[in-house]
Amino acid sequence: MLKKEFAGQGARWIVVCFALLFAAACAQTKPDGLSSNVKPGTGQDFVVNVGDRVFFEEDQSVLNSQGQTTLAGQAKWLNRYSQYTITVEGHADERGTRQYNIALGARRAQAARDYLVSQGVSASRVKTISYGKERPVAVCNDSSCWSQNRRAVTVLNNATN
Amino acid sequence: MHGLLKTLFVPQGLKAFGLAVLVTIAAISAPQPASALVEIDITQGNIEPLPIALPSFSAEGGDGKLAADMTSVIAADLKRSGLFNPLDPASFIQKNMSVNSTPRFGDWRQISAQALVTGTVTKQPDGRLRAEFRLWDVFAQEQMLGQQFYTTPENWRRLAHIISDAIYERLTGEKGYFDTRIVFVDETGTKDKRVKRLAIMDQDGANVRYLTRGDDLVLTPRFSPTSQEITYMSYGGTDPSVYLLNIETGQREIVGNFPGMTFAPRFSPDGQSVVMSLQQGGNANIFKMDLRSRSTTRLTNGAAIDTSPSFSPDGRQIVFESDRGGSQQLYVMSANGGEARRISFGPGRYSTPVWSPRGDLIAFTKQHQGRFMIGVMKPDGKGERILTEGYHNEGPAWSPNGRVLVFFRDTPGANGGPQVWTVDLTGYNEQRVDTPAFASDPSWSPLIN
Repeated sequence: MLKKEFAGQGARWIVVCFALLFAAACAQTKPDGLSSNVKPGTGQDFVVNVGDRVFFEEDQSVLNSQGQTTLAGQAKWLNRYSQYTITVEGHADERGTRQYNIALGARRAQAARDYLVSQGVSASRVKTISYGKERPVAVCNDSSCWSQNRRAVTVLNNATN
Repeated sequence: MHGLLKTLFVPQGLKAFGLAVLVTIAAISAPQPASALVEIDITQGNIEPLPIALPSFSAEGGDGKLAADMTSVIAADLKRSGLFNPLDPASFIQKNMSVNSTPRFGDWRQISAQALVTGTVTKQPDGRLRAEFRLWDVFAQEQMLGQQFYTTPENWRRLAHIISDAIYERLTGEKGYFDTRIVFVDETGTKDKRVKRLAIMDQDGANVRYLTRGDDLVLTPRFSPTSQEITYMSYGGTDPSVYLLNIETGQREIVGNFPGMTFAPRFSPDGQSVVMSLQQGGNANIFKMDLRSRSTTRLTNGAAIDTSPSFSPDGRQIVFESDRGGSQQLYVMSANGGEARRISFGPGRYSTPVWSPRGDLIAFTKQHQGRFMIGVMKPDGKGERILTEGYHNEGPAWSPNGRVLVFFRDTPGANGGPQVWTVDLTGYNEQRVDTPAFASDPSWSPLIN
């Protein structure tokens, strides 16, 4: 039943999260910045102060060091706020064929999920889903967009902002 | 002579659409020629299309527009095949052709027509349409084919396609593919919020009908060999899964009870089973499910992405793509699983293999140096030919006679999107199929008649 929601509203969610990601980037550049306005333990806190996504190289599902850092932060946050269950959404860029990209997105979601579990997040809290190349967040015809689309996004299933 | 009518068959697949009855009509003057002069060898590349004259069917006082429209549909079918060149009606010397008289062949030779089709469409007192046509060999001055049909008026386009198929088959020796449909994914909305609906259309783009409403993401519809059902992937349930949809009743059911996401489904040639991928952690493996017994069989088992399975037409082998060797390549295995043999060895990545209904070729998508191509190779991997290449071409599917491929071509950027195209096996004849919006994942039905 959760999946039903994502199928219908997943795209909107991702766009919202993405806007928030930029806010997070801004917040980090300021000394005690905007992030202090965010209530701790909320979905917004997770997206803005922890970061909800990690990125991958072309046709790869290996986590780079930046991705591992982000996921370690996610795990720490999730271990603190244990009321949340999560879905890790795996995505691919548009420069592949549909079926393979579905499996590639699943691999990326699995890689992120395994890392979270290795950092102490209970496996029973984590679901994965792949959207393949069906849900891009960046739509330009450029490697800068494609690299933003090759991602695994951790979504809080029962978040209240 | 016209009294010698013989009912040949009542096409079985037509029941759901209203009956069309085919009757062979005898030649007007001479008996059937022992050998016709006009024929097309469609195995040769870049052939000169056959000049064919299609004067508007007569309506004999009835619906002249319908008769003209039917003739246009036939001419468009033949032209799009790339094998025929329907001549400009303005050049015709003999006017007001009757299906019941022998043409003045000299008039047609003079405009270089090699074949000529005459016909008539009338409404019967019982409301049915009666269509009759004759195919003439202009140089041999002989009738090659004569047929008569009865059907309900709303079937007029199908009747035109059936006539196109008859002409195509008589002149090429191959089965036609015009009385067929294509199921595809209709795409609307912006690129980051696409709404996808299953849709079905005639092979020429007419009669588009939507099969889902767009609430759930749907992908990769494939026709059953019986053409009443399609199998596809939907995100509507707990996990994204493979479904069956009866296109006549709208009835929908999930295929199997798998622990996880299933995708990339395709029917076996007998329609009794579906092969698909099951995602298991980071790996995708291929499973077969018997639709009657509901039993499932694992066909591959490894740390790889094994997907896009497609049966050989005899049902004994399966071609699929796998990255088990490090990158996407094509492999062939027994339909019961076991050892797989790699068949693709060129530079680049190979995916979405699909076995020709004739058995002689496997079509695929190939990626190399940022270009996406549609190509074919023999089942042993030899004789690779690229039929089209560009920014993004993907997902070929065969026409039921194995002579044409339908695929989608995507364009880049925020406003880009996929459209449906066809290309014949020579690679010289590319045609876009007109769709109401962006369209992807086309799959061809079997011949309906």
